[in-house]
Amino acid sequence: MDTKSGRKRLRTRWRTQDTELTLLALPTTVWYILFCFLPMFGLVIAFKDFKIHGGFLSNVIHSEWTGFKNFEFLFKSNDAWVVIRNTLGYNMIFIVLGIAIPVILALMIGQLHSGKAGKIYQTMMFLPYFLSWVVVSAIVWSFLSFDKGIVNQFLTGLGADPVNWYMEPKYWPYFLIFMNVWKGLGYGMVVYLATITGIDSTYYEAAVIDGASKWQQARFITLPLMKLVIVMMFILAVGRIFYTDFGLFFQVPRDSNSLFTVATTIDVLVYKQLKTATVGMASASAFVQSVMGCLTILLANWVVRRVDPDSAMM
Amino acid sequence: MKTAARYETGLDKFNRIGTVTNWGFHLVFILLALLCLIPVLVVLSISLTGEESIRNDGYSLFPKAFSGEAYQYIAQQGQMITRALGVSVLVTALGTVLGVVLTTSMGYVLSRPNYKLKGLLTWIVFIPMVFNGGLVSSYYINSNMLGLKDTVWALILPLAVSSFNVIICKTFFRSTIPDALIESAEIDGAGQLRIYCSIVLPISLPVLATIGLFLCFAYWNDWFQSMLYIDNQNLYSLQALLNSLMSNVDALARNASSMGISYAELVATMPKESARMAVAIVIVIPVAIAYPFFQKYFISGLTIGAVKG
Repeated sequence: MDTKSGRKRLRTRWRTQDTELTLLALPTTVWYILFCFLPMFGLVIAFKDFKIHGGFLSNVIHSEWTGFKNFEFLFKSNDAWVVIRNTLGYNMIFIVLGIAIPVILALMIGQLHSGKAGKIYQTMMFLPYFLSWVVVSAIVWSFLSFDKGIVNQFLTGLGADPVNWYMEPKYWPYFLIFMNVWKGLGYGMVVYLATITGIDSTYYEAAVIDGASKWQQARFITLPLMKLVIVMMFILAVGRIFYTDFGLFFQVPRDSNSLFTVATTIDVLVYKQLKTATVGMASASAFVQSVMGCLTILLANWVVRRVDPDSAMM
Repeated sequence: MKTAARYETGLDKFNRIGTVTNWGFHLVFILLALLCLIPVLVVLSISLTGEESIRNDGYSLFPKAFSGEAYQYIAQQGQMITRALGVSVLVTALGTVLGVVLTTSMGYVLSRPNYKLKGLLTWIVFIPMVFNGGLVSSYYINSNMLGLKDTVWALILPLAVSSFNVIICKTFFRSTIPDALIESAEIDGAGQLRIYCSIVLPISLPVLATIGLFLCFAYWNDWFQSMLYIDNQNLYSLQALLNSLMSNVDALARNASSMGISYAELVATMPKESARMAVAIVIVIPVAIAYPFFQKYFISGLTIGAVKG
């Protein structure tokens, strides 16, 4: 047991170890300052009439304050609302499917008689997780290309007309949702399988002796014991509801203009505005995303702390 | 083997799903596994199909006219593909090493319970997890102020550290390295750098492997940094090359002059469709071969992260 005075002494005196540890942490700290904290202060350009040319710092200091003008422009354009709708809408669907499907599959795969086969299936389903979105975009193209794609060949084979997929917004919500589930399947299952394998087998033994069926075991033992993890994953995902996977929404629809209304999320809009040099609007969009994202994450974390204090971030 | 033997005990055997359900489940998983595998095989098949056949019949799951011309072509193009491969390998190797050093050193410092600035550094790591400057100001700071535009460092530095990885490291060090071990080294007069290098790192190989793999795959698969910061085509990584080929396949004829024929001639004769997919295959092959072996390190990282996010 530390005595009170001993602790106090430890806390007040700066030791050589502290100097050494500070030096050890210095490179990473510098990295954090350059790549995380400087950009945070850079957010002020959302309130300025920022010019692209010249040095960044002098521009930030010398450009004129414009108040909320950038935000006015942003929200007066229809884009902002469409994009926020897409971001929140897709994320809500992704959250539900991203939990329901992996949980169900994790429950199923643990029941296979052959554990080895389960491992093989799991490995194969993990493959898409390791592919970059550029590669996935090439894959989708090989299926959906108008004149050479496999889907259209199949359709014409059946006597139907080929569809110009990259021009038809109505199909894309399904495609995007499918691709997201497809890519995240292996990753999602890992977390839930780890929870399932961690459950004490004596619960099931007791249940079997009491005559519980497999279905009842899943319903009354496995799922209740997974509840905490599921709730956690849910809340964490809700906390990131203003952020989307840029690759999914930029690469998979191949930046097709016809698909703007169904496939553009905040991240894609910011990128497009940045590249078309409408910096004021881009910085306003980025500002909205950062602030709203921060609020939702903090809110989610606050909820996590109420549910399970050990899992909260701080 | 042991687990298999245990599985056969009476109760386990009794408490199984029925044979029919078992086969039903197998069928579901076989379909899902194929759904994940076949799209990649389609790309492979296209890369192995003759250009003539693609032009006439389109893409297909099995090559109708088998041909290696795409690979031959990108091998002849040499410079472009080897350069891109070189950039990818260099960025992946340098980035992984740098990232592991930066991440584990911070993780170690945060895991020392009596360190005076622990509170401050914890905040420095924590705040970026909830708040960030967004794309626009990051872009201007990286390209304008730090001068990373069109340099290899733009592909390496911004991805080197993530707070998520730092916390995985901290949690690992905290839970596996006994304080007594480090204290005894301190009493023996070892400095913190020495303790970190010759005690902490050697006994933490699992977490090094996990972080290293996360970084390795992240760098290999990154195309976004290239799209933002790289205009000079000589600095294109494989991903950036494929990205540019997806929108303009004629870019493959960039080296026409070095091959002694005119650009137009090369564009007309080169195997476009299959060569593009061949580049995709060059990207996918190392990943597809490597990940089954390293899966367990990934899984351990993902589960630590999920437990303590």
